[in-house]
Amino acid sequence: MSFWNDPLKTAADWLLGILTGWGMSEIAAQVLIGFLGVLLLLALLMVLDIFLVWVERKVVSRFQDRIGPNRVGPFGLIQPFADIIKLLIKEDITPTGADRVVYNLAPLLSMMSVLILWAIVPLAPTILNVDLNIGALYLIAAGAIGTLSIIMAGWSSNNKYALIGAFRQVAVMVSFEIPMLTVLLIPTIFAGSMGMNAITQGQEDVWYVFISPLAALIFLIAAIAELGRAPFDMGEAESELVAGYNIEYSGMKFGMFYAGELLHAFTYGGFWAILFFGGYRFFGLEQVSPFLAVAVVLFKAMVGYWIIMWIKYTLLRIRIDHMLAFNWKFLTPLAFTLLMVVAFMNALLADVSSWLYIPGMFLSNVVLAWVALEIARVSSRKAREKVEGAKQVAEAHH
Amino acid sequence: MTGEQIIFLVVAFFTLGSGLMVVTTGNLVHAALWLISTLFGVAVIFALLDAGFLAVVQVVVYIGAIAILFIFAVMLTRKDMRDQGPQMNRNWWIGALIAASSFGGLFFLLRGWNGLSRTASAIPSGFDAVNELGTALVSPTAYVLPFEVASVLLVAALVGAVYLAFNRK
Repeated sequence: MSFWNDPLKTAADWLLGILTGWGMSEIAAQVLIGFLGVLLLLALLMVLDIFLVWVERKVVSRFQDRIGPNRVGPFGLIQPFADIIKLLIKEDITPTGADRVVYNLAPLLSMMSVLILWAIVPLAPTILNVDLNIGALYLIAAGAIGTLSIIMAGWSSNNKYALIGAFRQVAVMVSFEIPMLTVLLIPTIFAGSMGMNAITQGQEDVWYVFISPLAALIFLIAAIAELGRAPFDMGEAESELVAGYNIEYSGMKFGMFYAGELLHAFTYGGFWAILFFGGYRFFGLEQVSPFLAVAVVLFKAMVGYWIIMWIKYTLLRIRIDHMLAFNWKFLTPLAFTLLMVVAFMNALLADVSSWLYIPGMFLSNVVLAWVALEIARVSSRKAREKVEGAKQVAEAHH
Repeated sequence: MTGEQIIFLVVAFFTLGSGLMVVTTGNLVHAALWLISTLFGVAVIFALLDAGFLAVVQVVVYIGAIAILFIFAVMLTRKDMRDQGPQMNRNWWIGALIAASSFGGLFFLLRGWNGLSRTASAIPSGFDAVNELGTALVSPTAYVLPFEVASVLLVAALVGAVYLAFNRK
């Protein structure tokens, strides 16, 4: 029965027994088992990634009133495998003047920055991967490596469109990192730890989205910008930059960027679920079996991914200066204010019962959001009046 | 040799080698990328010392922000990414002298120190380094003053940057 309650530990103990029985030293066996665990997780993620291609294409086609892939296999399920074979047998082109090593390293780093995120994802109470006590910062650190991969790709391709795309994308990613990091501190305040498992455990009574809905919203916006997806997909604006930083990549190297982006979106959906929607918790289901807990967290990640896709295929692209102004003049101050308000309210309501704490927190979030929107409305009206006033003056002169 | 020592030696040589490449490569963007790998090596050394928080902060601040800004600055200010001139100037021997004498002095000092051959005492279980660090940074008996002074310095730098970039109409 213990396998069904704690599968990873049971399997590891079983393997350890076999390997030490073969005369391997215990430390070497443990290192080997650790590697096998990582390999298993990565293999499962890559297989999942293949199906994410299918999910993404099916969902976008529904949004655009099409059917999507439907020829190869039932519901087009085998389509991604056909795509992969196509990508693998495509000619691998390196542009003239490209910086070969950097050019080849960039897609690897891009994929890596996504895969290392899964090291800290708690999949079930007993399947924690690594329970890092600085999980929230680790999330940002992995994002930094993703940023690096994009600038490497853009620069090494020796193509001006790629470089412009990389510049835009990196400007957006570096800017939106700030509200994201600020908002990540809000679950940290509630849980008293930056560890992802502690944050999941802290949502025993109520999901953090009900305590701080504004933080959940800001995290989603910042995550979409980090992903470089519409409405923040200025980096690859195909009408002006063709494809952005990955324009020169072909075959499986392009595939790595593409698959990395899909898995990144799914991963951020998962982190949204862990930080604000209770992670593997779902009305005590996680206590029944760790496999159910894994299913719950994957389902929640899928819902988050679906919302990110919904936004991507519904909204238009925002101009780059508007995007950065939105971040620096609206989102960042709002995130900082929210952090201060939440910290203050958390200290103020520390001793009251949860029946007062939760509505108090919720209301302070709603009030703050309303005030922020009101300020934004007034200042944008002023800016519009300025522009229209200038227009009228210019027309009067003609 | 224990596994930890082997990992340390590998990481140390990687870090030093990358550091050497930063100053010897002729291509400025390559120098910035080698700098990133040096900083990453330092982060791994922090992780080996059980300072996970510092390791992650090293990656976030140095790789995620400073190195990216380096690359931006290089790309925005230079027409040609390659440095045509010689790598050394006439004062190379002064630099070499200072480096050699600092190395010699440190070597001389550390030779008499017995800390090198001791093993570190184990971290007590339940010790939360991040918590301790956070408390120390805001505690009046510890580092609240340096922490606040550093914050003021950063604000001054921010205000200065805004002042320089501000376009007066």
